[in-house]
Amino acid sequence: MRAILLIVAILAIVAAPMAAPWLQFVLTMAVAKGLAALGVAVLLRAGMISIGHAMFVAASAYGVAFLARAGIADFGLLLVLSVVITGLAGAVVGAFLIRYRAIFFAMLNLAVSMVFYALFAKLYGVTGGTDGMTIPVPTVFGIVLSEPTFKAVLFYGSVALMVVVGLAVHRYLDSPLGHALSAVHTNEVRLEYLGVPVWAVLLVAYVVSAVLAGLGGAIAGFAIGRVVPDFAFWTASGHLVLVAVLGGIGGVPGAFIGAFFLELLHTEAAAFTDAWNLIVGAALIGVIMFLPKGLYGLLTRSEVSAK
Amino acid sequence: MNAIIPLVLDTLSSAALIFFAAVGLTLVFNVLRVLNVAHGSFYSIGAYVAASICAFIVSRHLNPYLSFVALLFSAALVAVVLGPLIESTLIRWTYGKSEAVQILITFGLFLILEDLQRMVFGVQSFYEDTPMRLMGSSSIGGVVYLNYQMFLVAMAVIVVFGLRLLIKHSRLGRLVTAVVADREMAQSIGVDTNKIFIFAFSLGVFLAALGGALAVPTSGVAPGLGADTMVLAFAVAAIGGLGQIEGAALAALIVALARVLAIYFVPSLDAVAPYAAMLIVLLVRPYGLFGAITTRRI
Repeated sequence: MRAILLIVAILAIVAAPMAAPWLQFVLTMAVAKGLAALGVAVLLRAGMISIGHAMFVAASAYGVAFLARAGIADFGLLLVLSVVITGLAGAVVGAFLIRYRAIFFAMLNLAVSMVFYALFAKLYGVTGGTDGMTIPVPTVFGIVLSEPTFKAVLFYGSVALMVVVGLAVHRYLDSPLGHALSAVHTNEVRLEYLGVPVWAVLLVAYVVSAVLAGLGGAIAGFAIGRVVPDFAFWTASGHLVLVAVLGGIGGVPGAFIGAFFLELLHTEAAAFTDAWNLIVGAALIGVIMFLPKGLYGLLTRSEVSAK
Repeated sequence: MNAIIPLVLDTLSSAALIFFAAVGLTLVFNVLRVLNVAHGSFYSIGAYVAASICAFIVSRHLNPYLSFVALLFSAALVAVVLGPLIESTLIRWTYGKSEAVQILITFGLFLILEDLQRMVFGVQSFYEDTPMRLMGSSSIGGVVYLNYQMFLVAMAVIVVFGLRLLIKHSRLGRLVTAVVADREMAQSIGVDTNKIFIFAFSLGVFLAALGGALAVPTSGVAPGLGADTMVLAFAVAAIGGLGQIEGAALAALIVALARVLAIYFVPSLDAVAPYAAMLIVLLVRPYGLFGAITTRRI
C-alpha cells in the first residue's frame, strides 16, 4: 500500500513540470534539500543533531564551482568528484566530531560550519567572497546543452537519483549497521559491550550524511547556477534539521516529504505573504508538539488504522 | 607601547559586548538546562527597541541624557513582555525532553521572532549614537578612545559581580541554586520552581536585550543581527563552559582578543577568529574551560 503510494507520488513529481513548467526549478530544489535533509535524518537516528550540515552542502557546491573553473565540463564527472571530495571532508570532520554527543556534537558541527562559512565569505581572491562563484552549464556525456535543456536533464536526473539513493539509504538503515545507529541512541554502552565499535558505526553514518548533503549541494548549485557563502550559514543548517523533523525521521521518504511539502508551500505562500519564516517556525513547533513522528507519521498511522 | 594601549582598549570594549551576548545564554542553560537557539533574537529585539526609544527621545528634543535611561528601560521592557510569555508557553514544554527537541523548538521560535522583527521594524538599519556622543572621548598616552567604550566595560564588570552577588548572596539566588541542584527536592520543600524558571529565563532575556541596547550606539542594528549574535554567543558560552558565568566573561576576553589580533594582523580573517577559537578549545576541552565533566548515560 505504502509502496504504491510512493510510486504514485514519484510519477506525480515527474509529470508535474509538464503541466506547470515553473515547477521544475522548485521540484529540483526540493530534491536537493530532501537529499541533504536525509543526511541529517541519518544522524538523528543516532540521536545526534547536527546544526552544521549546510557546510557539506556548500562544500560540494563550491567543489563543483572550483572543478568547473579548473576546466572539467562534464556533468557526471563534476557531480561524482565533488561528492567524493565532500565525503572525504565528511570523513575528516567526522573523525573528530563523532567523539562528542548531544549538545557538544551540535555545537561543534556549528563551529566547524561557521569556520567554513567565514572562510568562504572572507577569502575574496579564491572564492569571490560574498558574491560567490558561478557554476556554468556543464556538458552531459560530451553533449553541449542549452540552459533550459540542461535544467530539464538536471530535474529528471535528480529525481532518478532521489529514487536510487533513497532505496540505497533504506537498505543501509535496514542493515545491521543502520540498526546499530538506533542502538547508539537507546544505549551506547550496551552496544560497546556487545562488541560493536560505536565509533565505526557513527563514522560511517557521518560520512553517509556528508555524502547525501554533498549530493544535495551539487544539485542545488547546478540548479541555481551560483554558489554563495550563505549556503553554509548556520540558519541553512537549521533548515535542514527542520525539513528532516517536519517530514519525520522514521523513514527515508520523510525527508523528501518534508522538503517537497515545504518547497511547494513556500511557492504558494509567497503569493500571499512574506512572513515565510514565521509560518515555518510555527509549523515546526506544531509538528514537534503534536506530531512527534512528522508528516510521514500521519501516513503510516493511517495505514495502521486502515487494517 | 603605543601599539599595546589601543589593542587593550579595543579588546576590553569588544569583550564587554560579546560577554553581554553570551551571559544570558549561559545563565539560562545553567538553570533551565535548555540551550536557547532564539537567544540572539532577544539581543536584536533589545537593540531595535532601544534604537526606537532613543530616536523618539531625540526627535522630541527631550533631555538627551534620557537616552541612557532608555537603554536600560528597553531591555527591561523586552524582558518583562517576552520572558514570562515565552518561558511559560514554549520553553516549559521542553523541560526533560531531548536536546534535539529543545534545539528545534527554540529554532522554530528563532524563525518566528526574526520575521516578527522584520514586520515591526522593517529591513532598514538604525543608527543612534546619542549616548556615545554625550560621553565624549579621552586620551591615554596620546591614544584617543571613546568614553563609551569604558562605560561598556564598566557595565560588563557590574553585571559579572551583580550576578555573583545575586546568585550567591540573595534569597532569590539561593532558591535558584537550590532548583539547579535538585529540582524535585526544591519543589517538595515548597519552592515554586515555575516562578524560579520564569525569573531565570526573563533575566537571561534581560541580559541579552541589554547587550543589544548597549551595542546600538556603537554599531547600530540591522537585519541578521540576531543570527550573527547567536553563533557568537554559542561560541563564547561553549568556550567558557555552558552554564559558567565567570567562564563566559573569560571566554569573551579570549574571543575579543582573537578577533582584535586578527583585525590588526590578518584583517581578512577577523570573522573566522571566534569560531576557530571555539573549535580549538572544544576539541581539547569539549566541556569548555570551566565546564563540569558529565558522565555518559548507561
